[in-house]
Amino acid sequence: MIQIDKLRKVYRSRGRAVTAVDDVDLTVGEGEIFGVLGRSGAGKSTLLRCVNLLERPDSGRIEVDGQDLLALSGGELRRARQRIGMIHQHFGLLSSRTVAGNVAFPLEVMGVPRGERAARVAELLDLVGLTDHARAYPAQISGGQKQRVGIARALAGRPKVLLSDEATSALDPETTASILELLRDLNRRLGLTVLLITHEMDVVKRICDGAAIMRDGRFVESGPVRDLLLRPGSELARDLFPLPAPDPRPGTTVADVTFEGDSADRPFVSSLARTYAIDVNILGGAVEEVGGTRVGRLRVELPGDPETNAAQLAHLRDAGLTVEVHGRSEVEAAR
Amino acid sequence: MTWDEIWPLLQKATGETLLMTGVSSALAGVFGLLVGVLLVLTDRGGLTPLRPLNKVLGVIVNVGRSLPFLILMIALIPFTKLVTGGTSYGNTAMIVPLTIGAIPFYARLVEAALREVDPGVLAAARAMGASRRELVVKVLLREARPGLVSGLTVTVIALVGYTAMAGTVGGGGLGYLAISYGYERFETKVMIATVVVLIVLVQLIQMLGDLVTRRLTHK
Repeated sequence: MIQIDKLRKVYRSRGRAVTAVDDVDLTVGEGEIFGVLGRSGAGKSTLLRCVNLLERPDSGRIEVDGQDLLALSGGELRRARQRIGMIHQHFGLLSSRTVAGNVAFPLEVMGVPRGERAARVAELLDLVGLTDHARAYPAQISGGQKQRVGIARALAGRPKVLLSDEATSALDPETTASILELLRDLNRRLGLTVLLITHEMDVVKRICDGAAIMRDGRFVESGPVRDLLLRPGSELARDLFPLPAPDPRPGTTVADVTFEGDSADRPFVSSLARTYAIDVNILGGAVEEVGGTRVGRLRVELPGDPETNAAQLAHLRDAGLTVEVHGRSEVEAAR
Repeated sequence: MTWDEIWPLLQKATGETLLMTGVSSALAGVFGLLVGVLLVLTDRGGLTPLRPLNKVLGVIVNVGRSLPFLILMIALIPFTKLVTGGTSYGNTAMIVPLTIGAIPFYARLVEAALREVDPGVLAAARAMGASRRELVVKVLLREARPGLVSGLTVTVIALVGYTAMAGTVGGGGLGYLAISYGYERFETKVMIATVVVLIVLVQLIQMLGDLVTRRLTHK
């Protein structure tokens, strides 16, 4: 649905050039929710604004719903934008218009006749649960309600794609949860493809099918969230399950074991202890609900160097677990 | 002079002041709005950046703003004659320098009001596929309405003051009445009466402007 190839955007000011987006490739499939996670200044906002050409990239290709956006004329681009919804961190609502007036705005832009507008506005407000606030002004409603107006407005043109620019970053955790739930619901009911950028791990954890971590204009890692979490050395997994830097005591093996879905239900610690008659020490860990399945990471300590634990580690891997070993010898080899 | 003698003079002068202020306010409102919008649109980062035009407009506006109104009025006499077809004095003729003096004044206030519009709202409208015309009319001007009206109020009040000055160099109105009767003929009653009328006039304009601004503000 969204296909981005070799996207590059450089900002030049007073002789200095800053590469905001550096050779990014991105594919978001139809009906998928894809999250780009990164700190402020990582370039994710620029990336998102390139997808509807609010920013013109220096090079690369952008295709949305089979349409090459960079090949479009001014008028064609405006029509293409009408079919790409966008929601914003600070909502971007017209303060001089009521809630209903704000939702009507894109319909006016699209040239929907006055008579049809009212019915469509009512339908959209019902979709986001704001029928009672149709005549209120943005200043009179809460942040969560404002974002619902933003979502209703973004859906006015029956878009297949929704771009979300830090849509929940200005909201409190409870409101964030309800907005994310709404996005997930719309994604399922309308088959809406969502590309969102965020600095909150929680957003990725709750609703994203795919994710990328962006830093200094580049994707550090990218793929289905489930695959990323199970990949050894994954930054996403490290962010989701924060564990302190490993510091194995001599003569022990410290391993991070990541488990997901079915393997989360099997008691691997006791099975390991029983099979090899060893004491397994749990140093830390957590279990999280990610995209509807349980994913967990546990840091365990086994007696003996990693070399002597080869069979034990193989036992875990055979059980379908992802195992990362922080052995003493490894650490020393690195020194 | 008795009040019975002053009253008709005062009525006539007030009417003239209202005429001069009204017509020049309307003209300055239209052209000031136009210049203000152009200043914002052509600026760097505006919707249609055009630096040379922006610079030229900026200089013209600054020149207009830096001349005291009395001097501007005299300097414009040849131009006024050109517009009116010969006369440079009288109430109608005075509308020319009044308007030209007020355009740059209002243009800067328009510019300031437009710059107050949240750029996020403009970006959102752009993302919805709005055309440039829609961005200007439906977003920029509409969102800035309270600021545009309060700026116009300030301009109209300044114009009331300018008309009084115009009265000293060939215009009519309350300014002329105050000078010719109140000052030159030592008719203190006339002086007091004109001052009272001016104060009431300015108060009414401000109240009306505040009322409209409040009704347009939804923040």
